[in-house]
Amino acid sequence: MSRIEGRNLRVVLYEGPGSRALDGEERFEALSTLLDNGFEVTRPMAGQDVAPADGAPMLVLGRLDEAPAADPEQEVHFRDLGEVDALEAAREVREAAGARKLEAWKPWFPVIDFDRCTNCMQCLTFCLFDVYGVDEKKQITVQNQDNCKTDCPACSRVCPEVAILFPKYGKGPINGDVVREQDVQREAMKVDISTLLGGDLYGSLRTRQREARKRFSTERDESKALLERKRCLGKLKKDLDIPDEVLMTLPSAEDIEERAARAKAKMEKRLARSQTVQDARPAPTERDWGI
Amino acid sequence: MKILYCNCTYAKVVPADVKKDVLRRLCDSGQAFDAVADLCDMSARKDAALRKIAEGGDTKIAACYPRAVKWLFHAAGTPLPSEGVDVLNMREDSAEDIAKELLA
Repeated sequence: MSRIEGRNLRVVLYEGPGSRALDGEERFEALSTLLDNGFEVTRPMAGQDVAPADGAPMLVLGRLDEAPAADPEQEVHFRDLGEVDALEAAREVREAAGARKLEAWKPWFPVIDFDRCTNCMQCLTFCLFDVYGVDEKKQITVQNQDNCKTDCPACSRVCPEVAILFPKYGKGPINGDVVREQDVQREAMKVDISTLLGGDLYGSLRTRQREARKRFSTERDESKALLERKRCLGKLKKDLDIPDEVLMTLPSAEDIEERAARAKAKMEKRLARSQTVQDARPAPTERDWGI
Repeated sequence: MKILYCNCTYAKVVPADVKKDVLRRLCDSGQAFDAVADLCDMSARKDAALRKIAEGGDTKIAACYPRAVKWLFHAAGTPLPSEGVDVLNMREDSAEDIAKELLA
């Protein structure tokens, strides 16, 4: 199970008929302790609105003289605060009800402001961790929130429209603060990847690869390559505010080669299959693909 | 009118004294409310409780930046209605101002 699956236990701090009111400090302590430990808490009052039951398992806590009436369709547990500690009771019921166990994760993931997004897909192209995807309407979407690397806001830096938020980021407008004209104009917010690489992305990559082959055939020096990689990563870290942990998890040269080999094998298999059905033309060579 | 309070449990971006003070004032107010540990976490899980909050009529939400809250609900597949929702920003405003608005 991923860390974002499962239902939370909902705790109801009850002080209605059939119970005694809590002391002000006791109420505050129970509430803040439960919230600090990841529980959702509702404090209902007679005649006032709260979010209705939603099918999640529920724990009713209070100084209960008798169990309050509950919907028989709803899974409800009762615990008396005169006998048990609020947090202990919540943990025990969460276990019994099979509700989601809380992990120490910071819910860090991009949130798209669709009032600003132009669906340019730069974020999807840029992210190495498969966080973004495209929905059935061909609209960019965040599909794997828990793949996102905690404290890394790099994709928001490459968004030319300042449309990507990380609500837990320290500074605006990435944290959701109002986007001002100077934010849009700021160079750091307007990194166009293809422009950075010289306009024609694929052309640049081909040229770079040809030059690299020539260079490595005459002076293959791994320590130089590692130094260059380190320098580039240092620049990325500084310019895009990427944390060390993310840089450490970037794929190694061997990983990239392995992925490329897998992708090539897949492509060849697909081509071979389509050939038997379509025609007998020879499959493209590496030269045809420019690799 | 419903009240929703977000404790932003998993990060330290909302000043702790503001969160604590707002929660204490809510507790002492005699007002019904829902308190969630972390709206971001609920949005990532597309928690069904968000739909109940979004569809339940007029609501005041004490959390962070209104733009963030709006798109967190949207990301969960439960967009907030364009009217009747008031988002109060505990990252920027004082506990006193937030509580005054929440309990008005």
